[in-house]
Amino acid sequence: MSATDEILVSVKGVSRFYGSLCAVNNLSFDIHRGEVLGLLGPNGAGKSTTIQMITGNLAPSFGQISINSIDILDRPKKAKQYLGYLPEHPPVYKEFSVDEYLHFCAKLHHIKHSERQAAINTAKQRCNLNEVGKRLIGNLSKGFQQRVGIAQAIIHSPPVVILDEPTVGLDPIQIREIRSLIRELGEDHSVILSTHILPEVTTTCDKVLIIDKGSIVLTETTEDLQKRMQSSSLFVGFHQAPDAKELHKFAGVDSVEITKEGYFRIHHNPDIDPSEQIVLKSVEQGWRLIEIRPEQLSLEEVFVDITTTEEHNPVNSGDVVEVAIS
Amino acid sequence: MIMTIASREVRSLFLSPLAWSILAVVQFIMGYLFLGQLDLFLQIQSRLVAMNDAPGITEIVVTPIFANAAMILLLVIPLITMRLISEEKRTQTLTLLLSAPVSITEIVLGKFIGIMFFILIMLLLMALMPLSLLAGGTLDYGMVASAFLALLLLLASFASAGLFMSTITNQPTIAAISTFGLLLLLWIIDWSADFAKADTVLSYLSLLNHYRPLLEGIFKSSDIIYYLLFIITFLTLSIRRLNADRLQH
Repeated sequence: MSATDEILVSVKGVSRFYGSLCAVNNLSFDIHRGEVLGLLGPNGAGKSTTIQMITGNLAPSFGQISINSIDILDRPKKAKQYLGYLPEHPPVYKEFSVDEYLHFCAKLHHIKHSERQAAINTAKQRCNLNEVGKRLIGNLSKGFQQRVGIAQAIIHSPPVVILDEPTVGLDPIQIREIRSLIRELGEDHSVILSTHILPEVTTTCDKVLIIDKGSIVLTETTEDLQKRMQSSSLFVGFHQAPDAKELHKFAGVDSVEITKEGYFRIHHNPDIDPSEQIVLKSVEQGWRLIEIRPEQLSLEEVFVDITTTEEHNPVNSGDVVEVAIS
Repeated sequence: MIMTIASREVRSLFLSPLAWSILAVVQFIMGYLFLGQLDLFLQIQSRLVAMNDAPGITEIVVTPIFANAAMILLLVIPLITMRLISEEKRTQTLTLLLSAPVSITEIVLGKFIGIMFFILIMLLLMALMPLSLLAGGTLDYGMVASAFLALLLLLASFASAGLFMSTITNQPTIAAISTFGLLLLLWIIDWSADFAKADTVLSYLSLLNHYRPLLEGIFKSSDIIYYLLFIITFLTLSIRRLNADRLQH
């Protein structure tokens, strides 16, 4: 990605209390231009509160938020010019037609009269709304309303686009379109994306921020997260299974676990992959290899692992055997 | 920016059947009252001729219908103001305004001006009835203007109170009923003062006491200031209320 050093959103030590309940606790992060940040977290983790604070809908109890180096509390009008925001529920006036609504949004964002029509057309085209321009928003399906909401957020091409669960209610084709739109926006804007759909994060985001109970539990680039998902174990199955001790002899093998008759989990040194040797040996010795695959943790497992505080083994051996058989 | 919000408000009002039906119902009732008053005038006309210093058609027809209009609109205005903010809170469209480069003052003023535009349309339609008397006679223009101003100021006060009530709840019906309650209370607040004449504060607070003199053509700047203060107070309260929503819950 074309991420530069220019910081567009800066969140410093932000906390938010609802009465005595601390929804967000001392959160700090930066977003650079050209970066897509995925905000993940279980329900009630403080994602929406964080987003509402960045967009100026809520004032933080402590801390400082600035958009394009303008403090959102000191100069809200100026800071909000650089923001495009799609809340969880698209903020559409159901009695308006799509064109009327976007026209209103364009005016609200101080787009000059001469440029307004062009801005509306670009936004409509980007969100595939051309055929429904004349229809009333209230009569459109949820997916279309969602797209109108996205169009509203990007109409003034703001440097920072914040989308709260943008793909909810869309069909799979639309989801792909919206994801590619997000990628496209990420080229020269900063995008903050809050989502429950984990694969969305790996396909669209450059950076992942996992929040739990109001605090950041993980900030990583998507690449690092994917590395974390690669676990260093092999799952193998034989018809004529050798003794576990035989498997221990391969270079790099740390431990061997018997999951059931003929199936093993081999934990190995991440730098030495013994699979090739195992296949060769199996042919040589007639072990009749029927299955061999590297095990990968799903993002779900990583997520659960990170957000669950008690000791928890991410790979439950019983589950994996089930999968292997089916 | 205020006008952008105001014009959207007016559009939304006229896109819903509520505004049209309110205009129709109010116009119908006012028409009925107007005809009744006109009938009365025709009945007593012969006696008026015989009197010295007799009241004119303006006092007999125009003043009473403006007085009645105030009472009818006390019931109606809460219905149009109830949706202003509460509906936007309920459907979560308020977020759009709050995250746009617009200040809360602009939002509140925009909403107020939007609703005042609607009220002005309603008043103009109403004013057409007394003005139609010009076809067969003459009116005391000063008095008509004073009555019109009185009603405009009164309705602006109603609207500002309604706007404030709409900011405190996200249920339009609750906003409507509390606006109605507040306005009615302020209307009748001096009833107790009538019995014990001493209570001047209560009678000063009464909306009615500042309305009647203007209606009768007595223009006092203190009445005008009362209405302006009333409007400014409630608009400020609305702004503060919306601001408070961002701060603590």
